[in-house]
This record gives sequence, structure tokens and C-alpha cells, in this order.
Amino acid sequence: MNLYGVKAIYQFEMARMRRTLMQSVLSPVISTCLYFVVFGSAIGSRMGDIDSISYGAYIIPGLVMLSLLMQSISNASFGIYMPKFSGTIYEVLSAPVSYIEIVLGYVGAATTKAVILGLIILATARLFVDYSILHPFWMFSFLVLTAVTFSLFGFIIGIWADGFEKLQIVPMMIVTPLVFLGGTFYSIDMLPEIWQTISLFNPVVYLISGFRWAFYGVSDVHVGISVGMTLVFLTACLTIVWWIFKTGYRLRS
Amino acid sequence: MQPDISVKHLNKIYEGGFQALKDVNLEIYPGEIFALLGPNGAGKTTLISIICGIVNPGDGEVKAAGYDIRKQYRKARGSIGLVPQELNTDSFETVWDAVSFTRGLFGKPPKPSHIEKVLKDLSLWDKRNNRIMSLSGGMKRRVMIAKALSHEPRILFLDEPTAGVDVELRRDMWEMVRKLRENGTTIILTTHYIEEAEEMADRIGVIRQGQIILVEEKDRLMSKLGKKELRLQLQQKLDQVPGELTLEPIELSNDGWELVYTFDSQQQQAGVARLLRTLGDLEIEYRDLQTRESSLEDIFVGLVNEQSPQERSTE
Ligand SMILES: Nc1ncnc2c1ncn2[C@@H]1O[C@H](COP(=O)(O)OP(=O)(O)O)[C@@H](O)[C@H]1O
Ligand SMILES: [Mg+2]
Repeated sequence: MNLYGVKAIYQFEMARMRRTLMQSVLSPVISTCLYFVVFGSAIGSRMGDIDSISYGAYIIPGLVMLSLLMQSISNASFGIYMPKFSGTIYEVLSAPVSYIEIVLGYVGAATTKAVILGLIILATARLFVDYSILHPFWMFSFLVLTAVTFSLFGFIIGIWADGFEKLQIVPMMIVTPLVFLGGTFYSIDMLPEIWQTISLFNPVVYLISGFRWAFYGVSDVHVGISVGMTLVFLTACLTIVWWIFKTGYRLRS
Repeated sequence: MQPDISVKHLNKIYEGGFQALKDVNLEIYPGEIFALLGPNGAGKTTLISIICGIVNPGDGEVKAAGYDIRKQYRKARGSIGLVPQELNTDSFETVWDAVSFTRGLFGKPPKPSHIEKVLKDLSLWDKRNNRIMSLSGGMKRRVMIAKALSHEPRILFLDEPTAGVDVELRRDMWEMVRKLRENGTTIILTTHYIEEAEEMADRIGVIRQGQIILVEEKDRLMSKLGKKELRLQLQQKLDQVPGELTLEPIELSNDGWELVYTFDSQQQQAGVARLLRTLGDLEIEYRDLQTRESSLEDIFVGLVNEQSPQERSTE
């Protein structure tokens, strides 16, 4: 195991994140604050409780998930896309690092940052809403598991992308709608039956439902199914990453 | 002696079907400076990239420092430093961080004293805290060399290291290569500047259209293929080459004021002596004489312009 190699990539990535601290921390924090002001306070004050949880508190897990997914994907995809774009990837390819070590470095750094950001947003939410966490251990586990999974997903996008548009299209066009339709702002039960069924094909439903269970003990789907679905997605991402390195897809000609 | 680089029957077909390497065989020995010469598109970068792990190899066997580049890739790659042809550098990192990063990537524990030495040798010490994007092109190239040397490799690849660099950097680079050789580093360089190969290489390989067409010690290559020319400026004008000399490869030029004798380096002694004796016998006097040795460049141009066997047979 080339631990110095993993550490080098990890530190390189963390340094990059420190340089872009303002945009990577401040902007999600500001947009989360806006959500709380608009949905939590302004609209939320006129909404009834859902599952006997105040609306402001109800949307917290979903909002944290939203930032977590976006940050995981954009950090990891940027991290591997940039050296591909600038050509410095030659160094990683010519170094005595296994693909597991490369992934550990890049995905590990993206995960770290996404988790830190998730916790910052959770702390920010406290300024607006009083909430409690029923299962802190599970809450944190979900946070980490989701961050790992979507950092892997971002890593795949970063390797696949051959332009900046493609890099941004997946978070913008796919992840944002899935999160908004994934029960951030409502319970799936509130939808007409047909949409409830369709929602079950949205992987984000399971993430938010499981995450919310860790907070309040209520969920749209059973928490076991949530964990299971997340693990399925994680395995799928791992398989794709394994295939990428085996074939050298878009890395080695 | 076990070679530091050993390539056996290596082929490479890129996606799309283009065959960039055809049955390449090559051995490079510890401590030697090997120059790979070849026109653009010959496959030099492809060969280097395969050895270094950047491009997938086709069939064939490749070993670096005695290790198979596929099965023992860690040990193989760990012994190699690479300065690629393209100027690809980080932007926002400082010189010090970028060079230290490479050392870590190659699995070596931090050693600031070594990084300091490398940066000083390459005149980068003053710039160590500068961001790479603020450096000039030449300085960026120095950073890439520093990165390649950061992990103390025993084999160093320089892919067209002096293409488009200023005179000062080229001189520094030659100096650096000499120093590294004294430490026993094996150096493989590709270049368009034939004078560079001529100046530094111990052995020279010529690659053309994906095939190695020649590998030879430089000195032997020079004497084997090199031609010499003896020019004699005459006291009196001649109308034609004297009958006694017509069997020799001799020509009259400069309106009859100059005799030009071309000979292979091997037969030089005998030929020149015989010619001068004959001229003495004929009482042809000369004011001055010069000899000129053909450079590696002349040899190289001759080689790559030569038709390949296939081309010849289809005519
Ligand atoms: N990734 C690639 N895909 C397809 N063809 C390539 C690729 N890289 C190089 N080639 C082709 O292979 C040949 C050899 O290229 P290269 O090794 O870069 O030559 P050199 O370094 O000697 O100039 C060229 O004809 C080039 O067009
Ligand atoms: Mg080249």
C-alpha cells in the first residue's frame, strides 16, 4: 500500500478546497439559509406539522442531503477532471499507485469536505429551527455513507466528462430535480398514489427518508430499505470505477 | 549486466486501428545515456508512455529496472522519473508543494533536504513559494524536471526536453544530465536536436514509423556511417581530374580551384595518404586543406529518408 501516495493526493485535494473555501462553504450555507427563511419561516409558519414534526424541522434532513449530494459530486468530479483537463494526470498514471489508492485519495478528500459541509449546514439550521437528533450515530453514518457514495459517483462523472458543460450538467439537470422530488419538502404520502409509485424509482427518496428517520424516527420507507438502496448504489459506483481502471476508460489510451 | 529498460516484441495499436509501434526491441543499460531519434509521429512518445504506465501496452514484454511494467508496476514505475513532452503543470500550487506532491505520489517519505537540492540545482529555489501559474514557460519546464527528480529515480525519461526552451535552460539541462550520469542514473531522451544526442548520448536508437531501425553506440555509428571530406585548395587551376586519380571518389569544384575527396572514416588513413602521395608525384600543389566529418544530423537525415524495405519492394 502506497500510503504516502494516498496522502499526497488527499492533501493536494484538501489544499485545493481550502483555496476555494469561500465559494465551497459560503455559497451552500447562504442558499440553505434562504431555504430556511422562505420555506421554514415564511411558508412553513402556515404549514401544518408533518408526522407531528414542525415543517421547519421536517425539511432539515432534505436540505442537508441536497448540499451533501451537490458537494460530493462537484468536489470529486472537479478533483479528477482538472488534472485530466490540464494534463497533469500523467503524473498519477505514471506513479506507483493502485487504482484503489487513487480513489481513496480523491474520493476520500471529496467525502471529507462534503461531510464537514453537511455538519456546518446542520449547525446553521440550528439558528433557524430547534431540532433534535434521535439517532446521532445513524445520522452521522448516513451522512458519511451518502458522501462516499456520491463522491464516487462524482469521480465517475469527472472521468467521463470531456468538457466543463458535462461536468455541470449532471448535478444541475439530474441531481437537483431528484432531490426536490425526493421528499425534501414533503412526505411521499402527501402525493397522489401514482406519483408515490414513481417516486420509489428515485434513489434520493431512500436517502432522505433514511436520513430523516435518524433525526426524528419517522420515514417514508423502512430505514433498512434506505440503507440497502444506498449500498446498492454504492456497489454500482464501485463496479463502474473498477471497470474504468481495468480498461483505462478515458484515462489510458 | 541486467538492462534497466528491456522491451521485447512490443506492439501498440491505438483505438481506431493505428499501429504506432511494430515489434519494438530495445535494451538500455544502467548508467547510460540513450538518445531516441526519430521524425515526428515515429512513436517516441508512445514508447516512453508505455514504459512509464501512461499508455496501455499492446502485446510484448516491457521491464523497467528488472520489473514487469504490468505485474510489478509499483516497483517498475517507482524507479522511473518522467519529464513529458507537453508542458503540463499545476497552476495554483506553489513550486515547493507541487514538487513535494510528486515525491509523495511515488511513495517516498518526505525529505525536504532533497527537494531543496533539486530546486537549487534547477535555479528554482528563489521561486519555491511562487505559484506555478506565475512562472514563465522555461521555469515551468524546470518545475517538471524537478518533479521527475523529486523521488530520486534511477531511470529518467526526458521527452524532447529542449524543444522550444531557451539557450540557458538547455545548457543547464545538459549540465544536469551530466551530473545525474555521474550518480549512475540511466537517462533516456528523445530529441529533434541532433546536436544534443551527438553531444551527450552514449548510444543512439533511430525509430521510424513505429520501428526501431537502428541501435548503435554513437561513436561507432559516426564511424560506420560517417563520411569525411577532404578539400584541397589548389595553387593552379585544373581543367579535369588527373587520370591517375579518376578511380578515387574525387571531384573537382570551385571552377577547378578545389579538389574534393570523400571517404569513409574507416579507410581514412590509407586513402588520404595515397591521395597526397599521388598529388606529390603529379606535382599538383595546394595552398590549403580542410577535412570535415559528417554530423549525426547528416547520418540521421540519410537514414530516415531511406525507403523502408516494404516501400522498396512495391516499386
Ligand atoms: N492517443 C492516440 N490515439 C491514436 N493515435 C495516436 C495517439 N497518440 C499518438 N498517436 C499516433 O501515433 C503516432 C506516434 O505518435 P508519437 O508517439 O506521439 O510520436 P513521436 O513522439 O515520435 O512524435 C502518431 O502518428 C500519432 O498520431
Ligand atoms: Mg513525441
